Amino acid sequence: MSTRTTMDGNTAVAHVAYRINEVCAIFPITPSSPMADVADQWMSEGLRNIWGNIPTVQEMQAEGGAAGTTHGALQSGAVTTTFTASQGLMLMLPNMFKIAGELTSTVFHVASRSLATSALSIFGDHADVMTTRPSGFALFCSGSVQEAHDSALIAQMATFAARVPFLHFFDGFRTSHEINTLDLLSDADIRALIDDDLVRAHRARGLNPEHPFIRGTAQNPDVFFQAREAVNAYYNAVPAILDIAMQRFAALTGRQYQLFDYAGDPKAEHVMVIMGSGAETARAAAEAMGGKLGVLQVRLYRPFSVAHLLAALPDTVRGVVVLDRTKEPGSIGEPLYLDVVAALAVAVADGTRQTMPRVIGGRYGLASKEFTPAMAKAAFDELNQARPRNGFTLGIDDDVTHTSLAIDPDFTVEKANVTSAVFYGLGSDGTVGANKNSVAIIAEEAGRYAQGYFVYDSHKSGAQTASHLRFGPEPIRAPYQIAKAGFIGIHQFAALERLDQLRLAADGAVLLLNAPYPADQVWDALPRPVQQTIIDRKLRVHVIDASAVAREVGLGGRTNTVLQTCFFAISGVLPREMAIARIKAAIRTSYGEKGQSVVDRNFAAVDATLARLHQITVPAAVTSTRELAVLVPKDASAFIREVTGRLFAGLGDEIPVSLIPADGTYPSGTSALEKRNVSDSVPVWREDLCVQCGQCGFVCPHSVIRAKYYHEDALAGAPPGFKSAPVNARGYPEARFTLQVYVEDCTGCGLCVEACPAVSPREADTRAISMADKAPILVAERAAIAFFETLPVNDRARVNFADVRGVQFLEPLFEFSGACGGCGETPYLKLLSQLFGDRLQIANATGCSSIYGGNLPVTPWTKNAEGRGPAWSNSLFEDNAEFGLGFRLAADKHLEIATTLLLALAPKLGADLVTAITTAPQIHESDIRAQRLRVAELKTRVQALGADPDALNLLSVIDTLVRRSIWIVGGDGWAYDIDYGGLDHVLAQGRDLNVLVLDTEVYSNTGGQASKATPLGAVAKFAAAGKRTPRKDMALQMIAYGNVYVAQVAMGANPQHTLQAFREAEAYPGPSIILAYSQCIAHGIDMRLGMKQQELAAASGYWPLFRFNPAMRAVGENPFRLDSPRPRISLKDYAYNELRYRSLASTKPAEATRLLAEAQASVIAKYLQYEEMAGFDGTKFRSTANAGAGA
Amino acid sequence: MKPSLATRYLGLELRNPLIASASPLNADLNHLRRLEDAGAAAVVLPSLFQEQIDAELEAHETMMGAQANASPEAQSYFPASVQGPYGLGPHLYLELIRGAREALDIPVIASLNGSTLTGWTEHAGLIAEAGASAIELNMYHIPTDLAETGQDIEARSLDIVAAVCGCVDVPVSVKLTPYLSAVGHFATELQAAGAAGLVLFNRLMEPDIDLHRMKLVDAPHLSTQAELRLPLLWTAILAGRLQTASLAVSSGVGTAQDVVKGLLAGADVVMTTSAILRAGPGEMARLVSGLQDWMQAREFAGIGQMRGIMSWQRSRDRTAYTRANYLRILHNYAVLG
Repeated sequence: MSTRTTMDGNTAVAHVAYRINEVCAIFPITPSSPMADVADQWMSEGLRNIWGNIPTVQEMQAEGGAAGTTHGALQSGAVTTTFTASQGLMLMLPNMFKIAGELTSTVFHVASRSLATSALSIFGDHADVMTTRPSGFALFCSGSVQEAHDSALIAQMATFAARVPFLHFFDGFRTSHEINTLDLLSDADIRALIDDDLVRAHRARGLNPEHPFIRGTAQNPDVFFQAREAVNAYYNAVPAILDIAMQRFAALTGRQYQLFDYAGDPKAEHVMVIMGSGAETARAAAEAMGGKLGVLQVRLYRPFSVAHLLAALPDTVRGVVVLDRTKEPGSIGEPLYLDVVAALAVAVADGTRQTMPRVIGGRYGLASKEFTPAMAKAAFDELNQARPRNGFTLGIDDDVTHTSLAIDPDFTVEKANVTSAVFYGLGSDGTVGANKNSVAIIAEEAGRYAQGYFVYDSHKSGAQTASHLRFGPEPIRAPYQIAKAGFIGIHQFAALERLDQLRLAADGAVLLLNAPYPADQVWDALPRPVQQTIIDRKLRVHVIDASAVAREVGLGGRTNTVLQTCFFAISGVLPREMAIARIKAAIRTSYGEKGQSVVDRNFAAVDATLARLHQITVPAAVTSTRELAVLVPKDASAFIREVTGRLFAGLGDEIPVSLIPADGTYPSGTSALEKRNVSDSVPVWREDLCVQCGQCGFVCPHSVIRAKYYHEDALAGAPPGFKSAPVNARGYPEARFTLQVYVEDCTGCGLCVEACPAVSPREADTRAISMADKAPILVAERAAIAFFETLPVNDRARVNFADVRGVQFLEPLFEFSGACGGCGETPYLKLLSQLFGDRLQIANATGCSSIYGGNLPVTPWTKNAEGRGPAWSNSLFEDNAEFGLGFRLAADKHLEIATTLLLALAPKLGADLVTAITTAPQIHESDIRAQRLRVAELKTRVQALGADPDALNLLSVIDTLVRRSIWIVGGDGWAYDIDYGGLDHVLAQGRDLNVLVLDTEVYSNTGGQASKATPLGAVAKFAAAGKRTPRKDMALQMIAYGNVYVAQVAMGANPQHTLQAFREAEAYPGPSIILAYSQCIAHGIDMRLGMKQQELAAASGYWPLFRFNPAMRAVGENPFRLDSPRPRISLKDYAYNELRYRSLASTKPAEATRLLAEAQASVIAKYLQYEEMAGFDGTKFRSTANAGAGA
Repeated sequence: MKPSLATRYLGLELRNPLIASASPLNADLNHLRRLEDAGAAAVVLPSLFQEQIDAELEAHETMMGAQANASPEAQSYFPASVQGPYGLGPHLYLELIRGAREALDIPVIASLNGSTLTGWTEHAGLIAEAGASAIELNMYHIPTDLAETGQDIEARSLDIVAAVCGCVDVPVSVKLTPYLSAVGHFATELQAAGAAGLVLFNRLMEPDIDLHRMKLVDAPHLSTQAELRLPLLWTAILAGRLQTASLAVSSGVGTAQDVVKGLLAGADVVMTTSAILRAGPGEMARLVSGLQDWMQAREFAGIGQMRGIMSWQRSRDRTAYTRANYLRILHNYAVLG
């Protein structure tokens, strides 16, 4: 007996996979992470599988480890699965060949995703799965949430019978994240379809010393080939076995699947062959087009059953168009196309089929590029051409190699009985959550179906979201975004100034505007183009001030209930009274156990909303003269205007191929162009109170607080209200100081205010920097910023790098990133860029820092007025240390070449200059500046040598003569887990490179999964019951090398210490590593207090500050310095400020108490260990000094 | 023969009239055990505040909502168990009640602190279910709204008492503010609304001003013996005149003599926190033995013999509790001066 419900594809798959496995080996990777998340959650809740036991869900350090563990568990007879995607699948490949080679029953569930090429993409296509074709896994594809749910079971049935492992895949995001109505398989159904005899047979094949055998031998040329062929019979049997499984499934559930599912005219002349969610789009297009068309959906792709393909394909077919959701550069066609061509050719050749249809192939939907019915139509239409193109593309404008097919923009297949609604919101404003809730509410009604799909931009703070919701009386399949919406909800009024959010509004659509104005003032507040569209499309406009309603009923800033009520009140998707009753019922369900007061407040919000929602009369003509905001300066480069600007405007889909860099090279510093204005509240500087200490700018995560000192004469021409104060240090009698807040780039986190030590002696609770409303000061601050930028940047050679106060005058070359407000990581990166930015080369591991650091169109790494700045690249998650070592090796090699050439050319270049350059110290900034001047002179002299090959070669490597600062940056998931082996190896090489670990103690980017840095007792995904093991002490591990500089820092606990560690690490001519405490939203704290929490971490002894500087050995001193005092507060006083600890205290209090006591004991023991180390006599370290051996 | 110290409070049989009133230390089971060992007849747990309940929920919602559904890579940042239907403070509090009940043989009185009739009162039911022997209701409220009247506040307070009493079976006492125009009348109304006892009085935690930071600060200060007079006065006036409600003296109880005074004024029990905060839980033993010594010296066989003998109702000179006494004190001060 199945149950109708709504869920996303990942949950639908995991629901089945969890129930039919004994072991799950997991590792987070988008978009498959939610499968692992829920499996771990269910294990912690004690949910049982169909055999009555609780599956063991084991997190691993990497997907390679997950595959290895899966392999081992399978070889020991356990029914085992794993979940992954993209690069994760690549790391599993070696084991997949083994698992398949050993004929092992298992199903891997894959939310298919692009592979990183010139850029990473988290979005969906089949590149990853296609790479596994030779592995020996059966490749089994689903196209919808329901199909993915069902196929998870069918695949398991088949693998038990066939002994061939299955890779069950479905489209990342489009299926994995789409919420849709589905019939949920009951445990009884699942139980009925799993044959326990086959399960026992699987177990019996496991290794067992009671009847031992050997598997995994090394074979020689004599038998290996035969062994490979010995598996053939098993593969030959797969199609029939799967077919039987599908029949059994259909008999029980009524849902019939085929290996190749054909839909359309039985006598079709043109047929499209396609896999995944696109098949539904193709069917919708074919149905709307009419005529002799058909669609063949491939479910079993490997083993490829030619017989089943031919049986499903009508004999009448004259033309076949094959669509691949992948790209194989250099191939004569993509994989599915080639398989279909080969299958038909073989059939014609052996007489099974009489005629060879014309077969063409094309690419679509890479990285979740939309695939619409209009695109499918274009592909069908191509078959009608006299000379149909092969290797075409759909959905892009390829103006270089001209592969694109023209798309009819007016061709849509939206059904009249479907309500289509699109909502625009801001990340974390509750829009997406409320829409998910609406989907669930509507789908609960008998005879109603719902679908939700959610699109996000790339920022972590203030991301734009678009929710595409469909509701109707029939199951909703449409796996593409809404093209014409009958309802548009605009939840963030300010976004109307920047983006065309009425683009998808159908004529006569209902428009809901959440506007911070009285209803009668909203119209005049709209920009002219918006008014024009409303008039032209006859939109019916409803307005509400949702924030005001939410505040009045005590919901703070949470507007989700208010706006959800608006939708139900005016969309007509349910009768109004029924809708309101359902919302209230949902509120009771969602909040009931949180207390009646929460329920009451939400009920009050519903009632107040109905009273405050107004339809406004749309005038006949526009009244506004205000145009949409200009997103990039008119005088910006052509690339910025034509590419970056369109990306900012959400129009990236329109950018033609010719404008896109073919090798992934993009300009630095575009974040400065994007004035997002995400916060209404910004810091305001009081020059009369300020002590010019630099603390506020030091902790600012978004580099919006800048300081300069300058001669007072520079104030000539300053705009009214431009603030300055006399420099309060000795020796600058005519100098002024200005602290400028870049208010349009501020996220309003408030860290600066908390860091400010200057308190007004005459005003209550007033500091030198405090938060204030932005609106009244915005115009003046824009002028102030413009003037501030005309003031000269302070000379780096004259700035004191040694203290926090001096650092504020160093220009940050990392600015305005899309990181979360209050991010704990980015202040460290900003510091890095201030100290070494103009000679900095960064290898950045995949994770939060690579996303806010390099997600188009925002590039926060920028350059200075000299054109110098951090050179940044991201390779992968699992190789970043090695990637960075490569940087060092290249720089060292080029320095060696440059030095050799320099010496060879010395007679022509001047021996004095050459000697000065090759022997120059390059430790201090003044050294670096001096070397830059020498190298500049050298360049002039070398260029004067003309076409001398040695001179040309020297010029190609001459930049390495200025000491390059190589930094390897990543999170704890990277350093502690997935690339730990690589990091260890790289540090062991003794090369001059620096590692910065932005330690949030979880995998932040994928949603807070536990890493080996996660502390004992903290709750995280993959440690839902609280982490049972202590955090790995990687510092001690690296100290053990003896020649690695190791520091543990926490900026909020001691900024001066952080600064010192960064400078020492960089100056140390060998490997160095800094572990930097980074607060994160995944900790569950008030982010405004993030730096205070760092202070408590150090005060409790949980995060002692220390430095291990091998250079100290040279002077006979103990290299280990413990820089924070003995614990002076309990661990609880620090930890229980955080939801990750406290939540366990509420859900499992006894366990929380036990773990806290254990953690407290561990903190004390660890501190004493450090203290003992710090007390060693320095002479003990002298003999083994080997600093910078390889440098 | 040693006198019997046994007494009844809120219908609970107590071995003596000494109760350790609500204090932050009472959240520690070891501390509670030491109090019991030292002779405390009952303990009042620290207050569960309406604001605490609301703030925990608010903080939870805010933290959970931060960045939720804001990135394609992460729909949330915590496992579902954290997102689940759990309030934080209340759950910990219920756990404390369960733990205290398990650890102690003496009654455990929970304290619920709030001032508006909203959903928080439902926590009284959860507290009772968790095993609290009684609930002490604290309706601390500072009417900063100058339009708010005493009648408004009293009416709301009575509604709260009725609401809480309506959802629990255990006895409910009310910790009163002394700043009422007519304490006696309000006391009778509270009794009518269902209060099984009155605790005289609640102390206001007035903020101080930090002159360095120009900031209000809220460092707690312990009560002094001088503060005993007010509860003594009202205990004496009310003693024997309420049909069912028990009386507890609270505030300013530092010595065994203070305990004796409370009982003589008519209290069923005497509560102390400051003495314990100053001298540790062992102080409870000194208070108990001091009371016992005093009774033995005066040959009181039981608490019943001494309770209320100095109350208004049993006083021969009732003017001592009226304006006449006021005049007398002023006069004496003038003479002494």
